[in-house]
Amino acid sequence: MTIEVDLVTSAGGNIGSVSRCLDRLGVTYNLCGVENVPSGARPIVLPGVGAFGTVMNALGQNNFAAELRRLISVGTPFLGICVGMQVLFDSSEEAPGVPGLGVIAGKVCKYTQGKVPQIGWNKIEPAHPHFLQEGWEEGFVYFVNSYYPRPVDDSVVLYRSDYFGSFCAAVKTGNITAFQFHPEKSEKMGQGLIERWLKNVS
Amino acid sequence: MSPSGLCKRIIPCLDVAGGRTVKGLKFQNLRDVGDPVELGIAYQNQGADELMFLDISATHEERSTVFDLVKNVALHLSIPFTVGGGIGKLDDVRKLLDSGADKVSINSAAVSRPELVEEIAVACGSQCCVVAIDAKMSDSGKWHVMVRGGRVDTGKDALDWAKECCRRGAGEILLTSFDADGTQAGFDLPMVEAFATALPIPVIASGGARDPNSFVDVFNNAHADAALAASIFHDNLFTISDVKNTLRQAGIQVRIC
Repeated sequence: MTIEVDLVTSAGGNIGSVSRCLDRLGVTYNLCGVENVPSGARPIVLPGVGAFGTVMNALGQNNFAAELRRLISVGTPFLGICVGMQVLFDSSEEAPGVPGLGVIAGKVCKYTQGKVPQIGWNKIEPAHPHFLQEGWEEGFVYFVNSYYPRPVDDSVVLYRSDYFGSFCAAVKTGNITAFQFHPEKSEKMGQGLIERWLKNVS
Repeated sequence: MSPSGLCKRIIPCLDVAGGRTVKGLKFQNLRDVGDPVELGIAYQNQGADELMFLDISATHEERSTVFDLVKNVALHLSIPFTVGGGIGKLDDVRKLLDSGADKVSINSAAVSRPELVEEIAVACGSQCCVVAIDAKMSDSGKWHVMVRGGRVDTGKDALDWAKECCRRGAGEILLTSFDADGTQAGFDLPMVEAFATALPIPVIASGGARDPNSFVDVFNNAHADAALAASIFHDNLFTISDVKNTLRQAGIQVRIC
């Protein structure tokens, strides 16, 4: 079975590590962005690196953000990574006044303790028993983040982790799955998470 | 016990020149012990949390091979890796990141022109900007910044320099003690502790690793966020799993894979 995804490149930074991870998994990807809008025929992957405001600004060109919001609302399978997760929320403390895509209710907040950014491997645990039953197992994944999302509705939290307090490390609701950590840099555990997502959407 | 779930990281360092690894190679079951990609995979399989590739190429021709090396490493490894050595300008950094490096480490170039730290942080993000500081205790009782592989004392206060790098947007500090480096007498605990407790960003301790207990000391007593070592792993004295098992028994949070 050949899986194809639309990989959005507009969200700043380096998408190289995500595309190489897809290469390793044998997934074909179309590079998408403001100039080449995803059609909705394929699952969308949005990796994001950098600041919330910069990424939202990049996505805001030519009404691309509005189109992404529409594609998500009509049920296109969506995977957000790092800042690609954060922009799903209403707003971020990193960029006051800049609205996010707002497809998940909640705010992105800054860590108030420990060294910021958090850099390194942390343990993630399924937030609700049904996620574990579906095969979302616990394990170690690689984080680089100063901010984390706080969803209003706890039932959307897929994984929690602990950085001087419990925080939301991943969400799953309807057609949306999103990781605050970098599955593409998280060895077998991370590869397994992407494979699980691909299995769910194909 | 760490008050957060964040793991302490173990980072093997590979010296490369002309696209080949150049030092202490006693791994078994490798087809080609000089191939950095194969060594990188071997370390990843042992449980390395990240890798550091230090380019010690002497000539421009040799150095130009690093981009292909980085592409190859990025294609085969699924843990983060940093590339350092001889990086002088923002253009080098962009090329390395485009080739697939997750982070770059800058050293002498930042000492000569501190604005480079800001330029990288603004253009590529703090998360990819590691500043390497080689430091040595001076007669005045302060640590000084050394350059040119430890041969030249700049007279610059190393802790002040590290703080300046943080203000300029460095994401991590790779701190090598030139008093401890190569001694295999354990990490330089007073130096690491001074930096790790004073700086708001992660400190990677380097220089002097002797055995798994050196790592327990540098994490428990000197509060390092990560530790880097070369010879003890290359010479197969201890595996990364040996180190992690000892750390875990000491109650230190590490990634077990």
